[in-house]
Amino acid sequence: MSKTNERRLTIARAMAEAVQQEMQLDPSVFVMGEDIGALGGVYGNTRGLLDEFGPQRIRDTPISETAFIGAAVGAAQDGMRPVVELMFVDFFGVCFDAIYNLMAKNNYFSGGSFKVPMVLMTSTGGGYSDAGQHSQCVYGTFAHLPGMKVVAPSNAYDAKGLMTAAMRDDSPVVYMYHKGLQGMGWLGTEAGATVHVPEESYTLEIGKAKVVRPGKDVTIVSLGMGVHNALKAAMRLEEQGVSAEVVDLVSLVPLDRDTIRASVAKTGRLIVVDEDYMSYGVSGEIIASVTEHDISVLKAAPKRVAFPDVPIPFARVMEQYCLPNPDKIVEAWSRMQAA
Amino acid sequence: MSPTRDELHWMYRNMVTSRSFEEAIAKIYFEGKTPVFNMANGPIPGEMHLSDGQEPVAVGVCAHLNRTDVVTATHRPHHQAIAKGVDLDRMAAEIFGKSTGLSGGRGGHMHIFDPEVNFACSGIIGQGLGPAVGAALSRQMQDKPGVAVAFIGEGAVNQGAFHEAMNLAAVWKLPFICVIEDNSWGISVPKQSSTAIANNAERAAAYGIPGMRVEGNDPYAIYDAAGEAIARARAGEGPSLLEIETYRLAGHFMGDAEGYRPKGEKDALQEADPIPRMRTRLLTDGVASESELAAIESESLARVEAAIRFARDSEDPAPEDALTCVFAA
Repeated sequence: MSKTNERRLTIARAMAEAVQQEMQLDPSVFVMGEDIGALGGVYGNTRGLLDEFGPQRIRDTPISETAFIGAAVGAAQDGMRPVVELMFVDFFGVCFDAIYNLMAKNNYFSGGSFKVPMVLMTSTGGGYSDAGQHSQCVYGTFAHLPGMKVVAPSNAYDAKGLMTAAMRDDSPVVYMYHKGLQGMGWLGTEAGATVHVPEESYTLEIGKAKVVRPGKDVTIVSLGMGVHNALKAAMRLEEQGVSAEVVDLVSLVPLDRDTIRASVAKTGRLIVVDEDYMSYGVSGEIIASVTEHDISVLKAAPKRVAFPDVPIPFARVMEQYCLPNPDKIVEAWSRMQAA
Repeated sequence: MSPTRDELHWMYRNMVTSRSFEEAIAKIYFEGKTPVFNMANGPIPGEMHLSDGQEPVAVGVCAHLNRTDVVTATHRPHHQAIAKGVDLDRMAAEIFGKSTGLSGGRGGHMHIFDPEVNFACSGIIGQGLGPAVGAALSRQMQDKPGVAVAFIGEGAVNQGAFHEAMNLAAVWKLPFICVIEDNSWGISVPKQSSTAIANNAERAAAYGIPGMRVEGNDPYAIYDAAGEAIARARAGEGPSLLEIETYRLAGHFMGDAEGYRPKGEKDALQEADPIPRMRTRLLTDGVASESELAAIESESLARVEAAIRFARDSEDPAPEDALTCVFAA
């Protein structure tokens, strides 16, 4: 692709474009959520859609997540393909029954006779001092519960392809986008998230991880914002003569264990980077996926760089102390060598 | 029930203190956030929800409360915290994320907790209702004095928690008052687009309890209505629901472009600013002299400046303090 053909979009615009194109193709797709109409979404991922599709298909809701996510389940079972937004994933506490007991289970309970083709998109992540009710990732919480696919893009190309795939999927998909990658005017954005995005509609396979940087000495596995931290750490390790491979999980459910195992089989070392809480989560699952399969490939005990098991603090110094960053990943490599 | 002269002076003082506080925060908030606005930067990072214009609700209700009464507040809590008597120095320090803050910087502006005056917050819409009902239950069970007030926004009545908490408080006849601050906007969504009825006080009928709506963002009328509801609760006659019309003079959060507001709305709201209105009435009624009001204003400003200075001069927490306070010591 030559530079002149580059079409660099933020994740917010890539998501909006995917929804726009799918709504043009498929009249059963519609969007519900708080402030997704005139405002275009607090994170910009429905911007422009109200003007094109009107308030019937771009529906601002009351602050009633239990009602509108539950309604999305019912609409999905009745032939629609709703896209609903939970503004902050932290708000799942007020509406989780609709998510994990209805959305995630009705296909199973009905023996497959009721499909629930809906997308639940929700913002994740901290790093900007929004404290413990507005900064969480809770990836592991969603991925733990069976019946819903879970994806988390790290860049705009993946964001568009995943969104289109999610809307076409006959199963519910939880689409977790990171605020720090989104490209909002009021928050800094990781530069690596804004990449070329083809204009035409396309899908990315849900359940397929990507090797985003090849290497031979250590595998760093992450998702969302963590991928960018991993890539930065990999560049630093390269200066030390260490060749790090970076795997972007892209999807948590289904989890592409084959790609992870193949990478670790090659490098013999594994570091998992996760902005979610350390215990009982994604980092443990990735390590178990390797060790229970074939522990003999490991030349060193795996390491994880994850959020400690504490609520996310407000004060910048405390929050930054807790968050994963490239330094901590490089340090994890050093600890691995010292062991 | 009419406010006494002392109460009126107290109400005006707290309204002015609250406004001065928000104005100070608004100014400092943009430090380090220009020329490119990034919420993560500056001495006060993160989201900031200011209460300019909503002061009458806080003072009209809290004029009837004492330190032992319980208040739960929202993501926009500063005016309520000030009126409830939360330690201003430590609240400012918390908003700056300093070690001297109410929670040592763990909570920030949406999570103001002061046990000395029984004040707590939640940043999640409607979720302060349950804890306020629970505090009322605790007072009833222990036969201890005190009432619990949950402040919520008008958008919060559409949360399931509202219905559940109201019914629970009513069926157990608890000393609880739900105060809806109706600023007519849920971020960008106007009340009439989100709520099936115009007057949420009518919902009280669903629980068999008194409900009253107060128009005009008027501290005198709010004082009257709240006084009645709180007296009822203190007398063991059960909960009440108040919906109070108020104005959000600020955006939903600092940095909000407010493109969703109809043209002219903001100017009209500024015209109706409750603080100059109360000032005029105090003078007209002969309840305060010009020099008394000037003294209240300068003392309030000095109080705020001292709190801001305390916050600025305080130390950051130690980074590893993040790992403490997860469990009870």
